[in-house]
Amino acid sequence: MTSSEHSRTTRWDGPAQDVVVIGGGHNGLVCATLLARSGRKVLLLEAASEVGGAARTEEFATGFRVSSIAHVVNRLHPDVVKTLELEKHGLDLTQAEPMPSLSLSAKDGPLTLTGAYGEGLIGASASEQAAWSVLRAQLFRYAGILKPFLSRRPPDLHGMSLAEKLALGQSALALKKLGKEDMRDFLRVILMNVADLLDEQLTDNRLKGLVAFDAVLGSHLGPRSPTSLLGIYYRLAGEIAGVPGAQMAPRGGMGEIVAAMTASAEKAGVIVRKDAPVGKIRVENGRAVGVVLENAEEIDVATVVSAVDPSTTFLDLIGTRELDTGFVRRVKNIRNQGDAAKLHLALDRPPQFLGVDSGGHRGRLVIAPSTDHVERAFNPSKYGEFSQEPVLEVTLPSLADPSLAPDGACVLSAVVQYAPYRLREGWEHGKPKFFKAIMSLLEKYAPGIGKSVRHVQFMTPADIEQRYRISGGHWHHGELQADQMLMSRPVFGAEGYATPIDGLYLCGAGSHPGGGVSGAPGLLAARRIMAMER
Amino acid sequence: MEKTAKKTSSPYAGRIAARGHFRTLRLDTPFQPRIDALMKRNDWYSWGGYRAPNSLWDEELEYFAIRSQAALFDISPMVKYRIEGPDAEVFLNRVTLRDVAKLKPGRVHYTAWCDDEGYVLDDGTLFRLAADRFRLCCQERHLPWLLDSAIGFDVSVVEETEAVAGLALQGPTSFAILRDAGFAGVENLRVFDLSDFPHENGAVTISRTGFTGDLGYELFVPSTLALSLWDRLMEAGQSRGIRAIGYTALNRARLEAGLIVANADFSTAEHALRADRVRMPDEIGLGFMVDLAKGHFNGRRAIEAARTGKTLRHILVGLEIEGNIPADHAIVYHRKTREVGLVSAAGWSPLAKRNIAIASLARPYGDTVVDDLWVEIYAMRELKYEKMMKRAKVVPRPFIKLDRRTANPPADF
Repeated sequence: MTSSEHSRTTRWDGPAQDVVVIGGGHNGLVCATLLARSGRKVLLLEAASEVGGAARTEEFATGFRVSSIAHVVNRLHPDVVKTLELEKHGLDLTQAEPMPSLSLSAKDGPLTLTGAYGEGLIGASASEQAAWSVLRAQLFRYAGILKPFLSRRPPDLHGMSLAEKLALGQSALALKKLGKEDMRDFLRVILMNVADLLDEQLTDNRLKGLVAFDAVLGSHLGPRSPTSLLGIYYRLAGEIAGVPGAQMAPRGGMGEIVAAMTASAEKAGVIVRKDAPVGKIRVENGRAVGVVLENAEEIDVATVVSAVDPSTTFLDLIGTRELDTGFVRRVKNIRNQGDAAKLHLALDRPPQFLGVDSGGHRGRLVIAPSTDHVERAFNPSKYGEFSQEPVLEVTLPSLADPSLAPDGACVLSAVVQYAPYRLREGWEHGKPKFFKAIMSLLEKYAPGIGKSVRHVQFMTPADIEQRYRISGGHWHHGELQADQMLMSRPVFGAEGYATPIDGLYLCGAGSHPGGGVSGAPGLLAARRIMAMER
Repeated sequence: MEKTAKKTSSPYAGRIAARGHFRTLRLDTPFQPRIDALMKRNDWYSWGGYRAPNSLWDEELEYFAIRSQAALFDISPMVKYRIEGPDAEVFLNRVTLRDVAKLKPGRVHYTAWCDDEGYVLDDGTLFRLAADRFRLCCQERHLPWLLDSAIGFDVSVVEETEAVAGLALQGPTSFAILRDAGFAGVENLRVFDLSDFPHENGAVTISRTGFTGDLGYELFVPSTLALSLWDRLMEAGQSRGIRAIGYTALNRARLEAGLIVANADFSTAEHALRADRVRMPDEIGLGFMVDLAKGHFNGRRAIEAARTGKTLRHILVGLEIEGNIPADHAIVYHRKTREVGLVSAAGWSPLAKRNIAIASLARPYGDTVVDDLWVEIYAMRELKYEKMMKRAKVVPRPFIKLDRRTANPPADF
């Protein structure tokens, strides 16, 4: 550091801290809270003027509020709810109405999955209903085998404690308990593509399209890509209020979950500082010793925890000169380019999706009428092009919670695939064209919707990257595929939340078990830190 | 071939293009016309893909040219990188083991570099040509490693193995030859100094370095000036016994000097196929390079952990073996029974008048247990192995020490 730089630095004048958590997304909040509960003094630094990261509720047009990126909760970890006492801090997971999933089809009308991921199936033939109930039970059974892995630290290849070995042994036992036939089938399908499995057991294109869409939601995979089935297991391993596979849109939007977490954090004594972007993590003799804010303010601490994505953490905040070349190579190879866009529409009036009743409009409306449709939408993204005919997941949150929109008006929130981060023609050119493609698709399913649009917020992965400071604009902070799971997440050498830098830990979605509003990486990171830094 | 290269739009296209050496199965060096003219034995070997002489006319006399006259050895196949930019010093400090901040412009040091696990990727010499310009010389190619190491540094790394020709001029009369050839001021070079001297319409970089343990110099020029430099030296050296030599002679000299060769005395980390063949610096006698007083460098955490955890498993030692039969690749025993290591280089040293060897042993042998060591020599004598168990003694390297190597000013022989 040159002397001129030094003269500009200031020092944190608050009370001395033990831990700095960088990034006030939900994982940062969870981790900070648990560490504060353990008696540590924890300072949480958020770059934006609000905490919550990509799980905020934001006003995107006057009077219109919406969940920023994540808009459906289906995997908030029960231990997070319990330990952070989120219910005591204002979160009611049972308040929301049951949220069905609808697969829309211009040809055959909608198909509705009610209850927890299709306990009931409305609009399908009797034989299809029977087939689905068998398949659904199987999917849940197999997701149940994987579920324990998502609730603990990835297996440690350097040597496991007895407790860790026992936990692994229990999973082996659970596999055994499936019975011979089921175990064989579990092992047969685990790395399969979702399309082939659906074709084995189902015939209704709408149903297959919906499950295929859910399997690849948020990843750079098509339903015929190998391993795409894992996505559906990941999804079904989640639970809400003890119900596996359930989903909800919290009243007040995703920000309500974050508000409860923030209240819990503050109760635990976490100091939350907003508008405090971190520029550097200071390292001395291979150990993290503090952070430097972008305004040159220095804060000394013994432990630094980063909820920021791994690429940004290592390449920007730490910098390559403190890391080994092989490790940098691995970090550079993290596949973290998002392929999903987020669309928010402020509408004059609620849209009318064809064939959908009023209850259905409060559900999750998926436009993915067949597996082929999802696969065809995926194809162009392999070559750096957006889908001409995209697939999307639409919610109309203001119908259940009128506080989100002015009287009579409506908010539409949609996740749209596929929108490759590196669009070949560049997003400045492609974005208006992609928007047009989406609107003409919506018009087909909800005629007249275009005329009711008052305001648009449309975010490509490039926008998401900038706005939410996620390198690559990927909501999982890196593809959640077999090569980037468990001990390979985010990379070998940083897989157990600890990193090559002593005193530096990761706690964000880039770490095991990955993204979605679960709080699990934050939870598991906090447990690891407490075990390592006594 | 070129067509396919054009079609591929790999992000690594630039790197691939920069490393076209393998497309020619046996490359010639810029000095080949001169070496071919002197080659009497047609005894070639492959040095990193280059056609290089084992011996040109008589390996005994070539060796004695190093020790009594002056030997000219083509080192063009040595891999060379130009490393340049404001961050060149910090970059090299992160890549290599020694503290580059201590290497002043106009100086050379011998160093090594490791992977994340602390295993040696290569050793080599680092030339500081200017404050922000370096040349790294080594045995193996490392462009991808160096470029990936450069991420986050304001530095450029350029492969210049083909573009720069190199000569080693070694032996007692080497200084006098350079002076007579008109390199004014060459007498000012101390050991590990380097300087530029005019040659033709360009410049030659001369350093007082070498691989023989003798008085000697290394000269680097653009390939286009190679032949004229060769001629200039040969002409000036005519009356001082200058001789072109091959690797066999050099190898004997370097053994006497106790110097190690990558992939001869140890396996480099990227070449080793077997997990237990890789070596940390402390295991091949390069522990002295590891500078823990400087900042982070590749492999540092692993090396520190191995030292604290006492998990270093090997050691490289110099051996003196009774008798005069070379112990090349002989197995080393403790108490004649327990196998504890292998000789990687060996020979009779005419200068030291000793039978010497470099060997890798499994600790504690060679480290804390140094007595009762033996080597088993298999000498093929007319289709029959004569098996000999010879006593070996661990001795310090180098095996020879010549005052003329470091004398200032260099002696005029």
